[in-house]
Amino acid sequence: MNRSVVLSETGNLSVRHQWGKFFQGLFLFSTVIGLIVLGILIVTVVDKTFTLVAVTNKVDPATLADRPLEELSEEELRQILRENLRPARLRTIERDQAPLDEMNQADLTALVTTEIVKPTTRASYPLFQSLTRRAEIEAEIRSEYPDAQIYFKAWLTWDFLQRSMSTKPDLAGVRQAVKGSLWIIFITILVAFPIGVGAAIYLEEYADHRSRINRILQTNIENLAGVPSIIYGILGLAVFVRTLALITSGAVFGVDAGSGRTILSGGLTMALLVLPILIISSQEALRAVPRSLREASYAMGATRWQTIWHHVLPYALPGILTGTILTVSRALGETAPLILVGASSLINKDPQSVFSFFTTLPFQIYNWTVRPQPEFRNIAAAAILVLLAVLLSLNATAIVLRNRLSKRI
Amino acid sequence: MEVSLRHLKRPEESALDVSRRLQKRPRWGEGFIQAFLFFCGAVSILTTIGIVYELGKEALLFFQMPGVTLLEFFTKTEWQPTVGRFGVLPLVSATLVTTVIAMMVAVPFGLGAAIYLSEYASEKARKVLKPALEVLAGIPTVVYGYFALTTVTPFLRIFFGDAINIYNMLSAGLTMGIMIIPLVASVSEDALHSVPNALREGAYAMGATRLETSLQVVVPAALSGIIAGFILGFSRAIGETMIVAIAAGAGPNFTFNPLKAAETMTGYIARISGGDVAYDTPDYNSIFAIGLLLFGISLVLNIISRRISARLREVYE
Repeated sequence: MNRSVVLSETGNLSVRHQWGKFFQGLFLFSTVIGLIVLGILIVTVVDKTFTLVAVTNKVDPATLADRPLEELSEEELRQILRENLRPARLRTIERDQAPLDEMNQADLTALVTTEIVKPTTRASYPLFQSLTRRAEIEAEIRSEYPDAQIYFKAWLTWDFLQRSMSTKPDLAGVRQAVKGSLWIIFITILVAFPIGVGAAIYLEEYADHRSRINRILQTNIENLAGVPSIIYGILGLAVFVRTLALITSGAVFGVDAGSGRTILSGGLTMALLVLPILIISSQEALRAVPRSLREASYAMGATRWQTIWHHVLPYALPGILTGTILTVSRALGETAPLILVGASSLINKDPQSVFSFFTTLPFQIYNWTVRPQPEFRNIAAAAILVLLAVLLSLNATAIVLRNRLSKRI
Repeated sequence: MEVSLRHLKRPEESALDVSRRLQKRPRWGEGFIQAFLFFCGAVSILTTIGIVYELGKEALLFFQMPGVTLLEFFTKTEWQPTVGRFGVLPLVSATLVTTVIAMMVAVPFGLGAAIYLSEYASEKARKVLKPALEVLAGIPTVVYGYFALTTVTPFLRIFFGDAINIYNMLSAGLTMGIMIIPLVASVSEDALHSVPNALREGAYAMGATRLETSLQVVVPAALSGIIAGFILGFSRAIGETMIVAIAAGAGPNFTFNPLKAAETMTGYIARISGGDVAYDTPDYNSIFAIGLLLFGISLVLNIISRRISARLREVYE
């Protein structure tokens, strides 16, 4: 308190107002610094997703045919494949994908590219750098890889979304990762939504807040919301992956996956992780329902559950859904627990059931980011763009829903 | 009594029959639903018991291994469970360094943002800025990790040159700080918002400027809530995994130099469990011992934070 006296005595009014202006600027800066960083982050990711690349081919397409591959007929492409691939390799391809005779022109072109031409990105330069000093970069590439083709490459393409995992960044895609994420989220919602809303209804509508057990319940939920996510991963590893391996591997259902590191374990772990957050946000939605609504219903002779089901829940539903969407977007971006539960980057098959092994989009981003080859950072950036697009649209939905809700009240 | 029953009485009934008929019917469905809802609530208790039991059980196995003692665990500075070095300090020191750096970013900026939103911003500006901060809070941490490694570290290299490692605690800590700003800002803003307007008006009446009112009247009045927010942020930083796993480096390193690479507790857990870790090995058990330590620290911090903010609520309600 003494300081205020000192301040007012030492500074005349205009000086004090100048300090005020200065600090107001600082406070505003603190508020927007996060947004500035967010902007830089997005620019970085875009910068790495669209790059100038130097690509060398193992076999020059010009030696395969006198025209570009895209213009060749299906028969000519089949001919090239049969001439250039060993019979064993051909048999493997036909077994894994489809017989050559049944493939269309696009499939065959893709096959010739991946199996024979084998383009490899030798160097890749971020977008803005390449725009500003393209000539220098081209000279650099020419001296190092004389026969390389130089062009702009978008790492995020429709193909990228559909391709399978690969150890080569040029051929890798996020197909299994996207499907894995969807499966996990599906299990998470299926388990966490009913239990979370149920627990919230119990705490808000039934529980006597003076009773000891209910106070413990409430405190416990708040504590759980603050537990680091990796702890849930440890719990999932110990309980779902190890102790309940017979169930989570599907052994008791006759589809043994071999270990408990399955989508089911991942989804259940995620469900436990989001449960406290879901309960707290649903509680808030229920608390916003006016008392008079319940009293009117009771006055008409409705029982407690009739009141909740027919009056309280419909009124609170938009709020509960908003909370659920935000929770889902949190779960979609979560990585750490799934590392422990056993997400694996070596997944080449689409997940078939809850007993399949899995990888997810954030896990794939992590995996690609920590690899030493710089091209993996490019596909990590492309995967980040996919993830951010999904999350931002989820968040936008939640905000729209919330605005509608606040208008209605 | 007689009067009230007259209307309800059917011809053949006595007063006793009527009162029986009006008695509460047993509703098994209602009871069943309530029991189910209670079970839903109890799942969270089961989760807590599960965490404590599993962490405790495996950590106990860890401490029963030959050569592991509590004293060594908390005092030795080398952590190599596979070759019998069980001093957790290098992991703790790295966690501490990254967390302190994060707080040095999150505390001033988070508080500044809270003051701006609560004391300066117009209603319109708040409506835009608050959701924007929420978006920032919704960015997955793995994306922040990517950002730390590919943008923040190269940026820091401009200033430190080769003195700074590719993987370093400074870049991880700074990025983590940015990540925590929204959390600190939102908790502090709630605290500032709950300060009664009378206090501000009193200060204005005494001739204080808005800045003097904010810093010398409102902030001290909301101090306990603000501190609760800082503690929450601290706890969040300690438990954060992906940013440090990507950007702070792999391999325990007992150092307080933020320019060096060092592995945090969470980073260690993520790295060890990343492969197919075999059950009942020193590595596997050590995950649980460190998990228990992490769980204990964040639990204590959360409880302190909630105590403080509960006290604040009492003062102004």
